[in-house]
Amino acid sequence: MKPFGAYEGIAVPLLRNNIDTDAIIPSREMRQVSKKGLGTGLFAGWRYLNTDREARALNPDFVLNQPQYAAAGILLAGANFGCGSSREHAVWALLEYGFRAVIAPGFGSIFYHNAMRNGLLPIRLPEAAILNLCNADAARLTIDLHNTTVATATGLSYRFEIEPLYRDLLLQGMDAIDLTLQRQDAIEKFQARDRQQRSWAYLR
Amino acid sequence: MPKTIFEKIWDDHLVADLGDGSCLLHIDRVFLHERTGSIALSSMAEQGRRVKNPQQVFATMDHIVDTFPGRGDNTTMPGGKEFITLLRGEARRAGITLFDINDPRQGISHVISAEQGIALPGLTLVCPDSHTCTLGALGALAWGIGSSDCEHALVTETLRVVKPGQLGVRLEGRLAPGVTAKDVILQLTGKYTAAGASGCVLEFHGPGLGQLSVEARMTLCNMAVEFSAFSALIAPDETTLDYVAGRPYTPTGSAWDAAQDYWRTLHTDAGAVYDKELNLDLTQIEPSVTWGTSPQHTIGVCEQIPDPGAEADAITRNGMERALEYMDLKAGRAIASVPVDAAFIGSCTNSRLSDLRAAAKVLKGNKIAAGVKALCVPGSTQVKRAAEQEGLHEIFLEAGFEWREAGCSLCFYAGGEGFPVGARVITSTNRNFEGRQGPGVRSHLASPATVAASALKGYIADVRDFAAG
Ligand code: SF4
Repeated sequence: MKPFGAYEGIAVPLLRNNIDTDAIIPSREMRQVSKKGLGTGLFAGWRYLNTDREARALNPDFVLNQPQYAAAGILLAGANFGCGSSREHAVWALLEYGFRAVIAPGFGSIFYHNAMRNGLLPIRLPEAAILNLCNADAARLTIDLHNTTVATATGLSYRFEIEPLYRDLLLQGMDAIDLTLQRQDAIEKFQARDRQQRSWAYLR
Repeated sequence: MPKTIFEKIWDDHLVADLGDGSCLLHIDRVFLHERTGSIALSSMAEQGRRVKNPQQVFATMDHIVDTFPGRGDNTTMPGGKEFITLLRGEARRAGITLFDINDPRQGISHVISAEQGIALPGLTLVCPDSHTCTLGALGALAWGIGSSDCEHALVTETLRVVKPGQLGVRLEGRLAPGVTAKDVILQLTGKYTAAGASGCVLEFHGPGLGQLSVEARMTLCNMAVEFSAFSALIAPDETTLDYVAGRPYTPTGSAWDAAQDYWRTLHTDAGAVYDKELNLDLTQIEPSVTWGTSPQHTIGVCEQIPDPGAEADAITRNGMERALEYMDLKAGRAIASVPVDAAFIGSCTNSRLSDLRAAAKVLKGNKIAAGVKALCVPGSTQVKRAAEQEGLHEIFLEAGFEWREAGCSLCFYAGGEGFPVGARVITSTNRNFEGRQGPGVRSHLASPATVAASALKGYIADVRDFAAG
């Protein structure tokens, strides 16, 4: 996983509540057993006028297709972003498209965790703050994970909350499995004890 | 100190406290399906990582496999075969038990993990699928995870979890005739929004639970994720223990005795506190149906579609307007009488035997309206066979329904079989998202009985108009 420290980029507003992972990456766009090749399917139902993957026609009204947001790296969204299906493809698609962070009042819990595990930073800010960030047209935002702030060039700045455990993983770009494997002893000790107490829970 | 059932299960699985509210939890069971399990296993293989304890891991084919009779590895979904053969190959290599396409135990993950006794009270169970929360109905702490976490669970038998808050939902009163657990969870989401349980594990409790069978409880817990809950839990009672007894992977002999003793301690103690509490009066609930593109867009079947103009919050108002446009509906219209093109009975929400019985009761001796495409897809091969033994398949077939092999089927559109663009579907599934059942498809969520009643009428109907309802 790529470490996340600071990031500066263009923020694109997609202020809808409950943007689900089916909308982020429709199932029909997940045709291979792969984490790759998903960027073009991102928001496919909204981004394209047709469902023909071979001859996509861009929907000019969809915000991501507007020229000023062509290089957007930060998504500003409504409440409960990433609700629904657990598909990590939603995160892989956002990353492949070029997003590094999503700012929303709240996230679906599986999505939130998936994002953290892949170096896509999900930032929780109140709706009012997000509306202010949106009002700065095609805003360039600076995200500083060390200091947990989001700031505009015009001096607007918000602090966000993030679980320290997640922050450290992101800052160092560490692999959670490798970290947990360092606790192998504790796991085995737990199991030895647990097998006595809950023998019924083990199938072998 | 008094504890909730959640705290009891959490504490009994605590391997290490990682600080700041995060813990390393022991994971007792992992369930995989061909759509997401394939990718987790192949990613592990690429990195040279092994499944630590394959005895605790199970897999099935449900999402991509066809549900047409005579199905095999070839799928209507383009490229689907790759998912099937990959899961099969990796499962074999890892020594994981696979309920393959022609296995009599095959079915939707969340249906068969209960059916087989793989999910049990007090266990932690994860699956790379959001509706894993269904198994909370048994008193298992079961939740959906992504692919990275799935690999983590397979390799380490643990997960790093941020401890969720706790929401208690107290159910009181008896359900009126024609009203089901599906209507309850739809109304709960409608009332408190799709973000209503955000950051929380939800426990259903209270005197209203006793009337609900384990299958109905699964319907209730299934849609906890639509209510944004981390997961849902229902403390095991005698109904649960009766359900669990004698299933293939349920413990036997002295292990069964020990398990039962432990399960009887798995309830929320008097004086234990939730972070938030809600009360739901079940007597007030009507058969319900969604009008929009979020499960929170729920109304009673006798109600009118709400007016976005009455909504103060701009984003919510916009969302409602977008939903109305997508659904091709107008505010103020009575939902009953909206014509439907298709009816779907199935999914991990409502595809168990009791669901099929409820629908068949409405359908018996009747024919669906002309022009309606109707499908019944049992949740598991075992459910299908049990239904056939009772003759339910004949009722469905005579009414004009297709009778399919078990799987997820048109609960979601994988890119193969689908409803026509723009079709309006009354469906016993859990998600009415834009495009969920196909590009432009308009989904109205409801109970199996309401789906059956609507299929007969050709429009969204009140099941109580049918004597059998
Ligand atoms: S039936 Fe539908 S919701 Fe359930 S696991 Fe299958 S695709 Fe997901």
